[in-house]
Amino acid sequence: MIEVVVITGRTTEQGMTIDEKLSEAYMKAVNYCEMNEKDMEKIGVKEGDRVIVRSEVGEVVLYVKKPEVDLQPPEGIIFIPMGPYANRVVGILNGSGTPQYKGVKATIEKTDKNVLSIEELIST
Amino acid sequence: MVKDVVCTFCGNACDDIEFEEEYGVNLCPLGEAKFSKKDRIKAPMIDGKEVTYEEAIEKAAEILKEAKRPLLYGWSSTVNEAIRLGVIIAEKIGGIYDQCSSVCHAPTTLAMIEQGIVGGTLGQAKNRADIVVFWGCNPVEAHPRHPTRYSVMAKGFLTKGRLDRKVIVVDVRKTPTAYLATDFYVVKPNSDFAIFTALRSAINGNENAIPDEVGGLKRDEIINLAEKLEKAKYGVIFFGLGITHTRGHERNVEAVIKLVQDLNRKTRYILQPMRGHFNVVGSGEVPAWEVGFEYAIDFSRKYARFSPGEFTAVEALIRGDCDAAMIVASDPVAHFPKKAVDRLKEIPVIQIDPHPNLTTKVANVVIPTAIVGIEAEGTIYRMDGIPLRVKKIRDSKYMSDIEVMEKLLEKI
Amino acid sequence: MTIMIKNGIVVDPTQNIDGEKMDLFIKNGKLVEESEAGKVEKVIDANGMTVVPGGIDIHAHIAGPKINAGRSMRPEDLKYVRSKSNKTRCAMGKVLLTCPAIGYEYAKMGYTTAIEPATPTIYSIHTHEELDSIPIVDKAALPLFGNWHLTFKFAAEGDVEKMKAFVAWAIDKAKGYGIKIVNPGGVEAWMYGKNVHSIHELIPGFEATPAEVLTTLMKAAVELNLPHKVHVHCNNLGVPGSAETTAETIKLAEKIGKENCLHITHVQFNSYTGDSWKNIGSGAEELSKLINSSPVTVDMGQVIFGHTTTMTADGPFEFALFKLAKTKWINKDVEIETGGGIVPITYRAKSPVNAVQWATSLEFGLLVDPDKIVVSTDYPNGGPFVEYPYIISLLMSKKLRENEVKEKNVSNYIERATSLLSLDIERSFYDIVKMTRSTPAKILGLKNKGTLRIGADADIAIYPFNCNEVRDEELLKSLERTAYTIKSGEIVVKDGEIVSDIWGKTFWVKVNSEREIIEEELNDVFKYYTVSKNNYGVKEEWIRKPEVVKV
Repeated sequence: MIEVVVITGRTTEQGMTIDEKLSEAYMKAVNYCEMNEKDMEKIGVKEGDRVIVRSEVGEVVLYVKKPEVDLQPPEGIIFIPMGPYANRVVGILNGSGTPQYKGVKATIEKTDKNVLSIEELIST
Repeated sequence: MVKDVVCTFCGNACDDIEFEEEYGVNLCPLGEAKFSKKDRIKAPMIDGKEVTYEEAIEKAAEILKEAKRPLLYGWSSTVNEAIRLGVIIAEKIGGIYDQCSSVCHAPTTLAMIEQGIVGGTLGQAKNRADIVVFWGCNPVEAHPRHPTRYSVMAKGFLTKGRLDRKVIVVDVRKTPTAYLATDFYVVKPNSDFAIFTALRSAINGNENAIPDEVGGLKRDEIINLAEKLEKAKYGVIFFGLGITHTRGHERNVEAVIKLVQDLNRKTRYILQPMRGHFNVVGSGEVPAWEVGFEYAIDFSRKYARFSPGEFTAVEALIRGDCDAAMIVASDPVAHFPKKAVDRLKEIPVIQIDPHPNLTTKVANVVIPTAIVGIEAEGTIYRMDGIPLRVKKIRDSKYMSDIEVMEKLLEKI
Repeated sequence: MTIMIKNGIVVDPTQNIDGEKMDLFIKNGKLVEESEAGKVEKVIDANGMTVVPGGIDIHAHIAGPKINAGRSMRPEDLKYVRSKSNKTRCAMGKVLLTCPAIGYEYAKMGYTTAIEPATPTIYSIHTHEELDSIPIVDKAALPLFGNWHLTFKFAAEGDVEKMKAFVAWAIDKAKGYGIKIVNPGGVEAWMYGKNVHSIHELIPGFEATPAEVLTTLMKAAVELNLPHKVHVHCNNLGVPGSAETTAETIKLAEKIGKENCLHITHVQFNSYTGDSWKNIGSGAEELSKLINSSPVTVDMGQVIFGHTTTMTADGPFEFALFKLAKTKWINKDVEIETGGGIVPITYRAKSPVNAVQWATSLEFGLLVDPDKIVVSTDYPNGGPFVEYPYIISLLMSKKLRENEVKEKNVSNYIERATSLLSLDIERSFYDIVKMTRSTPAKILGLKNKGTLRIGADADIAIYPFNCNEVRDEELLKSLERTAYTIKSGEIVVKDGEIVSDIWGKTFWVKVNSEREIIEEELNDVFKYYTVSKNNYGVKEEWIRKPEVVKV
């Protein structure tokens, strides 16, 4: 387990599937996190493995994605596309009305738990 | 062939789309997806059972009238005409009006309340800007045609193209937008306020006040960046949720506004938030002229009260204040924190939207509507507030958002 | 509905009627002869009350991106509740009013028409959306020509024909009512961080001066026979020495020589003598003489003590004000056609500069021929339009002016810097009706407004006082709220309360002209726009109740 900072945001795939949120394409566009390969080594995961991310907000199981070296997030930062999965671990209230969706402290480790489907995710 | 169609996806609202039958020219991947055929909500529904429009609207009106404090939320992907009726409905039933900004650029509004904002239209970036800065935003993926149409490569009358411009990208990670940069800076998360403040120190001749390192940038890098910024004849800083969604929120935006104020004492600069949905600007402008405020508006006392953190949708839901919700052209179940979603599962929810989404899963009344800009027309505001009339290019069997709102208002 | 207004004391300068007891008849929204009225359905007993045409505001920033940005920036102003949501909409705002509040407040004080005077053409859809959300009053918008590159180009070429075509094109795109120009050339200079300081200085990037721009526009407006010609916010606004620029601008109109060819708006803000804030003075005496003997008309731009929010297309001025006031600042540079800025301000009676501003506008109100001047605050720049009754009462009574100076503790600097306190003039109510009704109607070319002639629009204000027996102390109260306001033949206000929420018309001018001659220039300029030429502007069918004025 290592400590990371969670960043969320739009991606092209998330944008392209935004009007088809009940589709598999959307689920695949938002149910992963991008990691730096050094962080991946530290927790012993490779692309396609599952990780559990925990923050003060909650926890979520995600697939690991390793972008090409040039576009990997810096060490200590993971990126999750905006959406229902990311929102399990970000969205800290602060009184301004706008939750903190980025720059949220969390831990990440390898897990055998399943990545929930969107149906399962919103029913829990 | 239909020409000059306005794309109704992102805040770029590109208005040069051409359609030959189903085939659209000039669309980016996001626009292409938007205009492609996809699953629709087939018919109005009450508790999962198909009903007529009349029945669904009747039921929706009943829910809204019975509720003590209904939340009317969404609006950023519909037209001003529908939004206006929505504000009037919220006023009449003593509900809360809130819109997608409250989980997006609302900190920009709060900062604007403190400082104002030095802004301009996208034409300024195109025609005059010799320095373009993207700070905490990723237009290549979120506003794909922004660089070619408005900012990086656009051919203007003073700035003729890419070669006449410096492009500076600042972010916490390398995104595809960084490939457009003349200079790319990686900064630490949650450090924007400190960096903006350090830049202001450099620009205002207080270099000595800058520590050795700020937010991952060395002192020299800060001074160097400040010098670059000052050299512009006309600079534009575009910023995104990288600033509003991180620690500091509105304080970060205030800091960059003050930076731009300072830069205007040396040369010309403007600041432009990268607004997401194609009419999220309208969803703030319309209530401002109708009742005085952009978002987080409560009507329980028969007049408008504005209080972010109190009447913003997320907090109002989590606190349990709202006993019903009407969601228009948005999907809070996908985009709100879990606790707010949990409350939506407990209360009666009305959804008005063309497409099934996660909110459909928790909605008691579902009213499908025509897709704005494809099957329904109306007025929208681009990210810089420029108004555009979106077109109807296909017929559909669905009622428009405006028609549904009109009927709903009649019944209330 | 057919209405009879019985036994009212009528004032109508267009018919030389000054306080005569008369009956008026209204049918189908118009004033009619008794013989045409037929069966009267409603009789208003106006015994002891004063009956005048509905008021006309010639210059109030009531709609569009500027006032709305101002609202967003100032929730501290908007939280003021004027009326709750009940039979009518809720009405919010102390100075920056919401659209429902604007319509209701005008109607309550007997005003039935208002002109939004600064619409960026590219934002005109927005302006019309807001105008369409203002209840009751009739309205119109003036598109901005000041920084439009084609304005400068055609002025540089001295090409009146092309300027006419361009004016016709832009007014059609904006569904506007006339030509507005703000700080000619100065807004373009601001794109380079500068301003222009004289009407004879070249505009950056163009071979034209503000004087040439104004002259060419006036020629175009006159030749096109626009109902309202050129409406100008002069160069050098708000600075000591601006009176000289204004005098030079008036001379440009004298050369054109056509009555009403130039309307100098919020003249007060452009009429200071001196060369620094230390020796600022009023240029109203000299300028009033010039105005009275020239073809120009003006509106006051009265300053009201208290807080307000300034907003103008004059971007460089607002930047200067921001540096002076050290408060918040909105700026907007708009494509290649205009700009704008918004800065909050408080006018303090004790401040010598603010006191001079307050006194200067009153001097104009007292010294300029009532056929040439209109009551205004340049809403919201000088203050809220709801203060018009206050302005009128000061114009009508020297005693009230003296009381005001005492009560508000107005800086005694005005004794040296203005002539206000030495002026014994007291405007008659007849003059006031001119300055708020017939004069603006004439300047705007609104033939059926500002008059009670047979056939005119039945826009009527009935005030609960007898104008033949004016008592200073009751004046303000008498004018703040009408006993009745009638708009298009419907009673909309009774005893100062809104009783009917109706929609007024939006006037726009349809100009016949040869558009083809500028097609090439337009196509060229739209390469530098970020919207396509076909998507630029407003179509008539998007407006709630359009009313075409053909020329």
